[in-house]
Amino acid sequence: MSEIQSFYDTPAPPGLTGIRAWLLTHDHKRLGLMYMWAILFWFVIAALCGLLLRTELMSQGRTIMGSELYNSLFTLHGVIMVFLFAIPSVPAIFGNFFLPIQLGTDDVFFPRLNLFSWYLFMFGGLLALISLFSGEGFPDTGWTFYVPFSVEVNSNVGLTVMAAFILGMSSMLTGLNFVTTFHRMRDRRMGLMQIPLFTWSLYATAWVQILATPVISITLVLVVVERLFSVGLFDPDKGGDPILYQHLFWMYSHPAVYIMILPGMGVISEIIPVFSRKSIFGYKAIVWSSMGIAIAGSLVWAHHMYTSGMSDVSVFIFSLITFLVAIPSAVKVFSWIATMYKGSIEMTPPFLLSLLFIYLFSIGGLTGLVLGAVGTDIHVHDTHFVVSHFHFVMFGGTGFAFFAALHYWWPKMFGIMYDFKKAYIGSVLTAIGFLFHYIPMFILGMQGMPRRYYDYLPKYETGNFLAGFGAYLLIIGILIMFVNLLMSFRQRVVAPSNPWGGTTLEWTVPSPPPVHNFVEKPQILEFPYDFTEVIERTKMVKGNENQ
Amino acid sequence: MSRKIDKIGIKIGMWLFLYSEIILFGGLFVLYAAYFYKYPEFFSEGGKELNRIIGAVNTTVLLVSSFTVAASITAIQRREKKRAVGCLVFSIFCGVIFLVNKYFEWGAKFHHDIYPNSETLLSGEPGLNIFFGLYYIITGLHGLHVIAGMILLSISLILVIVGKVTESNYAMLENSGLYWHLVDLIWIFVFPLFYLVL
Repeated sequence: MSEIQSFYDTPAPPGLTGIRAWLLTHDHKRLGLMYMWAILFWFVIAALCGLLLRTELMSQGRTIMGSELYNSLFTLHGVIMVFLFAIPSVPAIFGNFFLPIQLGTDDVFFPRLNLFSWYLFMFGGLLALISLFSGEGFPDTGWTFYVPFSVEVNSNVGLTVMAAFILGMSSMLTGLNFVTTFHRMRDRRMGLMQIPLFTWSLYATAWVQILATPVISITLVLVVVERLFSVGLFDPDKGGDPILYQHLFWMYSHPAVYIMILPGMGVISEIIPVFSRKSIFGYKAIVWSSMGIAIAGSLVWAHHMYTSGMSDVSVFIFSLITFLVAIPSAVKVFSWIATMYKGSIEMTPPFLLSLLFIYLFSIGGLTGLVLGAVGTDIHVHDTHFVVSHFHFVMFGGTGFAFFAALHYWWPKMFGIMYDFKKAYIGSVLTAIGFLFHYIPMFILGMQGMPRRYYDYLPKYETGNFLAGFGAYLLIIGILIMFVNLLMSFRQRVVAPSNPWGGTTLEWTVPSPPPVHNFVEKPQILEFPYDFTEVIERTKMVKGNENQ
Repeated sequence: MSRKIDKIGIKIGMWLFLYSEIILFGGLFVLYAAYFYKYPEFFSEGGKELNRIIGAVNTTVLLVSSFTVAASITAIQRREKKRAVGCLVFSIFCGVIFLVNKYFEWGAKFHHDIYPNSETLLSGEPGLNIFFGLYYIITGLHGLHVIAGMILLSISLILVIVGKVTESNYAMLENSGLYWHLVDLIWIFVFPLFYLVL
């Protein structure tokens, strides 16, 4: 058997050696991996920040830190989780690695721009780190940087905001690259309705990245300008209006929520049919719901501002559109469930994580309706109910989809398989810890405990203690999961090119793929989720074993 | 990689980028719209204080330079390298004129104590403060884009002179030209919104 060299052994552009083969590479697969290590680093830091926060809240009064540190820490947790983990995680890692392969091509359209985006990402992260340890210390504004506080406070808001600006640019350029790749690099024989759903979801995400990110860029620039020159655009004394800041901020930051969740939904749409051995239910509906979420999601930003002071008419309209977003999301959930119905289920860690995703995401989505409805929102606005809701979507959704993607594509990216048993234990523990952690917060929020508060009344103590306990379980679960994945490097159980029986193009190439992805011309299936061949093959193998 | 150069793909990428630039300014125009609705009379008062002649001259300068950039691309396509170089030099020169005009304009306003956080604006009407605040931010950001555009044109100019941009491969020049047109286009909106308001 002639050995096909993987991309690890073939630098692109050719001739580069050692560390330069990574730092100057144009290869989308190497860049995906470089994103992965950086993002995992940030994820661990931010998760530990979260753990410290919840430890502080486990008992009344001062537990392990003072109030000012607490404020900085929740800002740091939010900034890292949003800008350095949730937004880039799935598109930058798995999008970079698999979008070109799923489209049957050898790279993204602008490989050098791709490298540049990675440097922007690293530079943005570096700025965030510098802002931690220089000047007046890390901001305590919360990741939303609301004026007037963010303009007046002495802490290092300017630098942190610039970091977010640069990270935004990196994410926008990645989106630009994906849209162009999608249109110009796709295998000529692959029609629009033959594209894998993960790639479709990245396409929808890329548009949101291109359309929404400039708005946050200009908003963050305005914060810096206000800090430097005190123009007064958001200062009522000088004729400005602070509410306008909130509008501009959420015009990006709400669509950003869909930047975070859409790729995750794409991952789930890949995994569910593979392990049900059944074609995805409602392929077209899922494609259209991705685009529908991208469009409708861009029009709902002011539902973060029901209590900020808006006319009743606007509040009503934004509430209505918010409810409309629930429709395409539900279309997806029902399609996934219908796919599993009467399928031939094969349980694996990525599949278990996907099931957990559906469960947790549904809770997040349904509690979103409580917040989307004006009457109930005014009751729970800015309470722990909100915190719990968006963690169910961002962590139970995006986070678990990220874990699922890690476990699903790990054998393809590294060519090795991890231990299933430990992966199951880790996933289940993470999910149990998750529920212990966030369910009490729903109750705390209903009882009226505000978010971001350092201290609370005695009646909230039980809930906060339980949440803190859950946080530890959660972190231990994630730790087991990650350590198990890392251990696979030592055990080196070689993974075949198609360990799961997937039908999309990345499973037709060797694990790990060669530098140009395809050894021979890719075979484009009539429909990307046609499992007849896979089922035939399994039957044959089983038959041979029986003889 | 020995792939054939996909000119359409490069252009798609550039247009997407330009689109994001438009939205960047769009955020500021949203602010303009909201505040114009709030302070219409002060916006018209502030607009009268701006120098329409310099504004009109600058508009013409940018329009002419947009034309010469387009002409330089046609010249390259016809292999008239000298003419292309001439057109590009002229366009960059127009950018310089624009910035010099802007400098004198801002300077005169500063001289009259009209700049962000100045005494006159702080003690005056809030509506005027907002008008001039937006004026400085939008024209300032536009000025930065003019400088970026000039840098891009200069790089293209060097590439033309060195012979890297030719009749078969002029994507860099064309994209710089597109960027320059965008700078021009934004000014076409800025000019009436500030100088010709009511």
